[in-house]
Amino acid sequence: MTTATVKKIRRAFTGNEAGAEAMRQINPDVAAVFPITPQTELMHAFASFVANGKVKTELVMVESEHSAMSATVGASAAGARAMTATSANGLALMWEIVYIAASSRLPIVMPIINRALSGPINIHCDHSDMMGCRDSGWIQMFSENSQEEYDNLIQAIRIAEHPDVLLPVMVGQDGFIISHSLESVEVFDDEEVRDFIGEYHPKNPLLDTDHPYTFGPLDLQDYYMEHKRQQHQGMQNARQVILDTGKEFGEKFGHHYSNFEEFHLEDAEIGMIALGSTAGTAKVAVENLREQGKKVGLLKLRVFRPFPFKELVEAVKHLKGLIVLDRSDSFGAMGGPVFLDVSASLNNLTKKPVTRNLIYGLGGRDMKVQDLEKIFGMMEKTVKTGKGAGSSQYYGARGDD
Amino acid sequence: MAKTEMKKKRKIDIMAEMPERLSSGHRLCAGCGASIAARQILRGTTDPVVISCATGCLEVASTIYPYTAWEVPFIHNAFENSAATISGVEAAFRSLKKQGKIPKNKKIKFVAFGGDGGTYDIGIQSLSGALERGHDFVYVCYDNEAYMNTGIQRSSATPFGAFTNTSPAGSCSFGKSQFRKDLTMICAAHHIPYAAQASIGYWQDLVKKAEKALAVEGPAFLLVLAPCPRGWRFPMEKTVEIGKLAVDTCFWPLYEIENGVFKLTKKIPDKKKKPITEWLKSQGRFKHLFEECNENVIEEIQQKIDEDWQRYLKTNGDKIF
Repeated sequence: MTTATVKKIRRAFTGNEAGAEAMRQINPDVAAVFPITPQTELMHAFASFVANGKVKTELVMVESEHSAMSATVGASAAGARAMTATSANGLALMWEIVYIAASSRLPIVMPIINRALSGPINIHCDHSDMMGCRDSGWIQMFSENSQEEYDNLIQAIRIAEHPDVLLPVMVGQDGFIISHSLESVEVFDDEEVRDFIGEYHPKNPLLDTDHPYTFGPLDLQDYYMEHKRQQHQGMQNARQVILDTGKEFGEKFGHHYSNFEEFHLEDAEIGMIALGSTAGTAKVAVENLREQGKKVGLLKLRVFRPFPFKELVEAVKHLKGLIVLDRSDSFGAMGGPVFLDVSASLNNLTKKPVTRNLIYGLGGRDMKVQDLEKIFGMMEKTVKTGKGAGSSQYYGARGDD
Repeated sequence: MAKTEMKKKRKIDIMAEMPERLSSGHRLCAGCGASIAARQILRGTTDPVVISCATGCLEVASTIYPYTAWEVPFIHNAFENSAATISGVEAAFRSLKKQGKIPKNKKIKFVAFGGDGGTYDIGIQSLSGALERGHDFVYVCYDNEAYMNTGIQRSSATPFGAFTNTSPAGSCSFGKSQFRKDLTMICAAHHIPYAAQASIGYWQDLVKKAEKALAVEGPAFLLVLAPCPRGWRFPMEKTVEIGKLAVDTCFWPLYEIENGVFKLTKKIPDKKKKPITEWLKSQGRFKHLFEECNENVIEEIQQKIDEDWQRYLKTNGDKIF
């Protein structure tokens, strides 16, 4: 099928509106949500779809994010396609049940509007919220812009519900930077989207009272580990399912997705890894520097869990230098969370690029095109002199320049 | 028609013939009040039920993988979210029914269980939210007056003067120094159609309340006293007797609040009202209260009970919410 046959229209959407539009088309049976900035706008838009009969969703306005995730788990176990959405502290409050959702193998999809975790309290973007639950067993994706938010959410349903996977998926978009910025988004025809995601066929739902199942039993030394092993396998299986889903999405809708996007990376000498909106800004920096004859490139990481370590190594092993950007800290570690995984991935290479890590943009601090150009320059120097190789430092904080 | 056939079946016979929803072989202690509560309450309807249960004795001992004692769909999520979890299950039912994915005439009763720790304390927000939203479910708190699953620690349901491992009696302590929270009234204050307090000692009263709670549309709440031989320190064959004594001493009045109207479902005439010492003496957790230095504690307990009881008598029949 070619893209020409799929009806689509262009809409001016904020990231939140794009997320809400995807949710309208997904049309979940149940959504349980609690307001938190900057996620609120998404839920306002979705609540208005419910109020106007645009979706068949039962919207449960709970009294906390803990209950939002708890009710979503209940709805999903009952046999419903269930969603919720949150940010920062909301995700932190859900944390206990975030793990339970994954280990109960419930295919919940949750947009996360990335925001810095307290404290100090801050409502702006960084990735500390999602990175805080990177070991929870959820598949984690980051979106560069509103279009990707929309596309990722639609794919997330397919990935989560795939019988080889059965794991929840969180799709991140940068708070305010994407969530509140107006962009042009290609919206596909409702029927085509519904055809792509398909009908949901739940496994052993609670509401099938003729076939009673017990969810969430006490699991001790004799079985717990086998269940963790199965969960581990589900996450491994997700690798192929994410790629297949991205390919099928591309064939149908014309937007192609993989674990990451390579931008002028193939012949580059200095590479950068970034995720979220910064990757978009970095593309401009790469283009500017390419015009000056600099051999620079970008790897925009889309899927953080499962971490695509094999493919990533293949994509960056030819580089002389690789700068890894982290929009969150992992206090006391060798570097930020992305750097840790990238460094571990490169570990078995005999000849590996010189690496550096920068922790930037915390609490919404800007990262501009000029900054990224400067960072490429820093990395070029590191490659030449070896100074700063392997280090992790803050970028853009007072006293760090 | 033969005379015997005309004879109306007794309630207990009908109940005995109903299918068992919590099967035997679970690993709750012998004499546990929680399993009695669960079995009696689930005889309050013949409709299919779906259950959620908070972490606690009832859940831990009935679902040790790969076994389950539940003959009906059951979900345990976490400690504090039994009510939020059933909210989601019930919302899913409404949604799928509305869409025709579940037949329109399909009936399911949704029941959330939680112990006193999971309800009075860590789960009260989740319960309050679910009651306020008006989900069609029954919340059952089986109240054994402390965190029993973790080894007898005080909760806000633990009575004044009781020993627990975190409110021990000692040279400077007479046990728990606070009276328990009035959970049934708190729930009734959400203007739900039905809230009641019951004891496994009076099974007819409990089953009748369960039937009412399960029949109303919207949220209903049941607080059921579930004596715990282990934590209360009494012989396991005394559970039902102690459940009765709690009522007969007016320590645990049986009442219901139906559409806001308060009604005592068991009036104890003054002559039959037993002194609180009988209740206190029956359990080792109150043993220290009978030491000379703690006489005033017993007096204080009796005084509180008398005051509350007078208030209940006065309020009987009134619309209070």
